[in-house]
Order: sequence, then structure tokens, then C-alpha cells
Amino acid sequence: MGNYYQPEIETASREQIRAWQSERLSQQIRNVWDNVPMYRKRMEEAGLTPDDIKTVDDLSRLPFITKDDLRDEYPYGLLARPLADCVRIQSTSGTTGRRVVAFYTQHDVDLWEECCARAIVAAGGTKEDVVQVCYGYGLFTGGPGLHGGSHKVGSLTLPMSSGNTERQIQFMTDLGTTILCCTPSYAAYLAESIHERGVRDQIRLKAGIFGAEAWTEEMRHDIEDKLGLKAYDIYGLTEISGPGVSFECEEQKGMHVNEDHFIAEVINPLTGEVLPDGEKGELVFTSITKEAFPLIRYRTRDICILSHEKCSCGRTHVRMTKPLGRSDDMLIVKGVNVFPSQIETVLINKGYPANYQIIVDRVNNSDTIEVQVEMTPEMFSDSLSAVSSKEKELVDALKAMLGIYAKVKLVNPKTITRSEGKAVRVIDKRNLYKG
Amino acid sequence: MTVKQISVFLENKPGKLADFTDVLSANKIDMRALSLAEAADFGIARILVDDVYNASTVLKDAGYIFSITKVLAVEMPDEPGALSGIIRILGDNGINLEYMYAFTAPKKNSAYMILRVADNEAAIEALGKHGIRPVCHDDLID
Repeated sequence: MGNYYQPEIETASREQIRAWQSERLSQQIRNVWDNVPMYRKRMEEAGLTPDDIKTVDDLSRLPFITKDDLRDEYPYGLLARPLADCVRIQSTSGTTGRRVVAFYTQHDVDLWEECCARAIVAAGGTKEDVVQVCYGYGLFTGGPGLHGGSHKVGSLTLPMSSGNTERQIQFMTDLGTTILCCTPSYAAYLAESIHERGVRDQIRLKAGIFGAEAWTEEMRHDIEDKLGLKAYDIYGLTEISGPGVSFECEEQKGMHVNEDHFIAEVINPLTGEVLPDGEKGELVFTSITKEAFPLIRYRTRDICILSHEKCSCGRTHVRMTKPLGRSDDMLIVKGVNVFPSQIETVLINKGYPANYQIIVDRVNNSDTIEVQVEMTPEMFSDSLSAVSSKEKELVDALKAMLGIYAKVKLVNPKTITRSEGKAVRVIDKRNLYKG
Repeated sequence: MTVKQISVFLENKPGKLADFTDVLSANKIDMRALSLAEAADFGIARILVDDVYNASTVLKDAGYIFSITKVLAVEMPDEPGALSGIIRILGDNGINLEYMYAFTAPKKNSAYMILRVADNEAAIEALGKHGIRPVCHDDLID
């Protein structure tokens, strides 16, 4: 049996979860109708009143909201409680535009910290553990979230925040840290630094809770090997609460969404249609217990797949894959959703450089996709058939990943344009969306 | 008993071969032999040069992907049937021929056949039994 922080919730029957969700959703809709003008306006435009939303099944009738809406309503537009009832704000980094500010009542903070506590306990955390939190503290939710969760569990909490690797390692060895919370890239960096200093044998880590950025299974195994711990993924976003919206259990097969607080849907990003389990689409969240800053059908732009299949850990809450890409980057080729990140994964697995370009075109009313890849000395030989068979291998691997044929074009090194800053990965010549 | 061939990756686009030969001529690299093999979108230029080290340095600096392969160069009389004899020996000994090309050395008044086989040692032994001795790299230089 697994470790649970709130077993009666985490292993509740699907019927029970559904009952909680229906009840809380209808209350939340009533709440936003009464207190948030934007939601009321959107519902009126859709011809809906709170009476129309009685169960989870009615959720799909409600309109979506996006990050643009959050920016338009900045800072107080989406508040559902008087400011006097709020005790905290957290904020996004604002790298993609105006910051988004999220408000919390004390109750909101408590529930959020409980979600993080579930993640820590799932990773084997108890009151005996020493939890080192090296996520940033401050406006970023990473530090405060795991910090609060660790308190709830009763673990000894080291509020390190990010950076100062020397001090991180010193506390880790001196105080016998058993659970490490940070971004996967910082975990990898810490692992390197620990090996360089030759203090690997003084490390007592058993688990790591790593999130807030994309990472691969290879990276997971690498960190696990180097630090001798089990690495757990955690997912969250400031808009919904912070880390702990979903978290991995010991099975490491997807992250359980805390469904008693957040309803997850996966939709076709173009049509808004709700997709069944196993289908890849954009993740949408509705926060049904949030008091200060409830979001209804918030489009995350993260692409993932949901699974309600029973998990061996005993938890009944739906699992999501780690984000497979961003809906902003999605291409539709021959009716199939294609993400540049999928192509990148295949290239890296096959030993090609991650510098590539995807060219989508339409020839004789049929879509074509070409992946230009830079040739490497390792892939090359004097034999045409050897090079051609490597090329064919790549075509087959892409077909297995994407489900459609993509032409591969091997090009000379350094011929793919390296733009300043963000790389131009996709050139769509179809002009489908221009007048 | 073998010669070093440089094989260069070239995109199959107009001007790419000219760019390549321009690099060679700008660095005064003389090709003894050139053979091209092409697939749909790319090709491989196989060349023999006097100074392999110098040529590979130049190609590396110019950003080309290339490899160096040991191949067999067999001198043969310029007369009917000469080639058949050689290929027959390889075939009879179960040595697979991946590709081949020919070039002439006018000053020596002879022709050379370049043979790329899977197993150089086996080929040298088989040819040797028939008195055919592949030449060394230095033999190609006039």
C-alpha cells in the first residue's frame, strides 16, 4: 500500500469524487455569478444561469477563459472575495507578457499546502524527514507551496530558496536532508556539484520532488542514479494555486490531479471539444474550492493526456502525463496533431542534434511535413546505403511517434538558421489562417 | 596496400557541388579522382587527394561532414577484360563490392580501379594469389 496524506480523499471511490465535484462546481458557479462580473457576463452571453450547472456533466457548457482574460482583468477583476479576506498574493514570472496575480484567502493557502503535503507524503515523506526546499521563495509559488506542504506533514523544513549551491550542499550534508524539492535542472546541477566535491557518501537523500519545468525520463534516471534517490514529478500553475495541482506517486506513471479541488479536462485546442481518456489535447482546469481567485475552465496551453485507469498505488484520482508540449506550438498536419517537442524527442533519442526545422506545406491539396536535420559525423559514412538506412530509421521513428509520414532531409551542419533568442522551429507555408 | 579516400556529405541542391570544389581550389587541393553517389536529397562525393591530412583540415574548417575510408586501388592494363578478371576474383572469394570507380593516370599511361569492399585484408589476399597487388597512397602521386 502506498503512503497517503489524506487517505479518505486520495482513495475515495469515483462516485464519491464525482459527487464532491458536482456539489462544489455548482456552488462555485453560483459564487462567481454573484461576485465576478466577467464570469456573469460570459455566462449570460452563452445563455446560461447558475441553475444550468448542476453536475460535472454540465461543465462543458461553460465558456473557457484564457491567460489573456487574466491579463485584461489585472489586478482585481477576477477577485471573488473582498480584498480584506485575502492574505496572500503569488504571481507568475511575467515573461510572456503582463504578470498574472493570484489571490489567496487563508483557506486557499491551507488547501494548497494540503495538496503539496499529499505530494510529499506520496514521495515517502513523514514527520521524521528533513525537507530541503530550494525552489525560489517570493512571488514564485514553488518555494511557498512546498514549504507549506512540508509544515503540514510535520517534516523539518529547510527554507533554502534557490541558488548558493555551496550552502545547499553544506546543509544537505550537515543536517541530513532526506527530501529535496527543486527544479529538475537544479537537481541535475546539484548532483554534478556533489560529485565534484566528492561528498556523495555524505548525502542521505531518499526522494526528490522536482517540477516547474519540462524534463525527460533520461534526466530522471540520471538524477536518480547520481543522487541515489527516487525522483517524483510535480505539476502546478500559479493561476490555479501553485505546485501540487497534480503529483506523482511511487508508480511514476503520470501525476494524480487533486480532483477534490481541481477538475481537469483535456480539449481539442481548435474546436474546444472535450476529448476522452488517452487522447492528447490541451489541459483545462476548473478550481472548485478556491475562494479568492476561482478559475472556471482555464486553458493552460499545456498539452497532455488523461487516464482514469486504476493506479496500483491505490489512489483513485485521475492521472495526467507530464506536459507534452504547448498548444500554441501545435501543428495540424493531415488532420493529425503534431508537436515540435515530439519531433525533438525522436531526434535526441536517435542521436541527432536538437537543431532542426519543420517545414509544413500543402502540395496538391495535401499536407506535407519535412523535418530538416543537421548531419553529424557520427551519422555519416562513405556508404550511401548506410546513410540512407539511418535516414530511413529516423523516418520510421518519426512515423511511430507522430502517426504520419514526415520526410527527413539531412542538411549540412550550421545551415539551419539560428535566430537570436527563441529558435524558429516551424515554417508553415500553407497560410491556412490568412485571408 | 590501401589508399585513403575522403567521402564528403553534400546536399543535393544546385550550387552545392560547386561550393565544394571552390573550397578545394581555393586551397590548391588537386583531386586525383572524384566519384559522386546520389540519393534523393543528398549525395556523397568521394575523392582521392595527395595530402589527406591537409584536405581534411580544410574541409573541417569549411564545416563539411566527411569521413576517411581505406579503399583498394588496383592498377590495371587499359584493355578489354581487365576489369572482369579482378571482379571475378572478388566474387569467387565471396567478397562483397560496395562500390567502385575508375580513373586514369596519364603520365603513367595506366588506369586505376578504386574498389570499396567490406573486408580489405581478405580482398588483398585473394588478389595477391593472382599476382595483383593493390597500390599504396604514395604510388598514386606522380
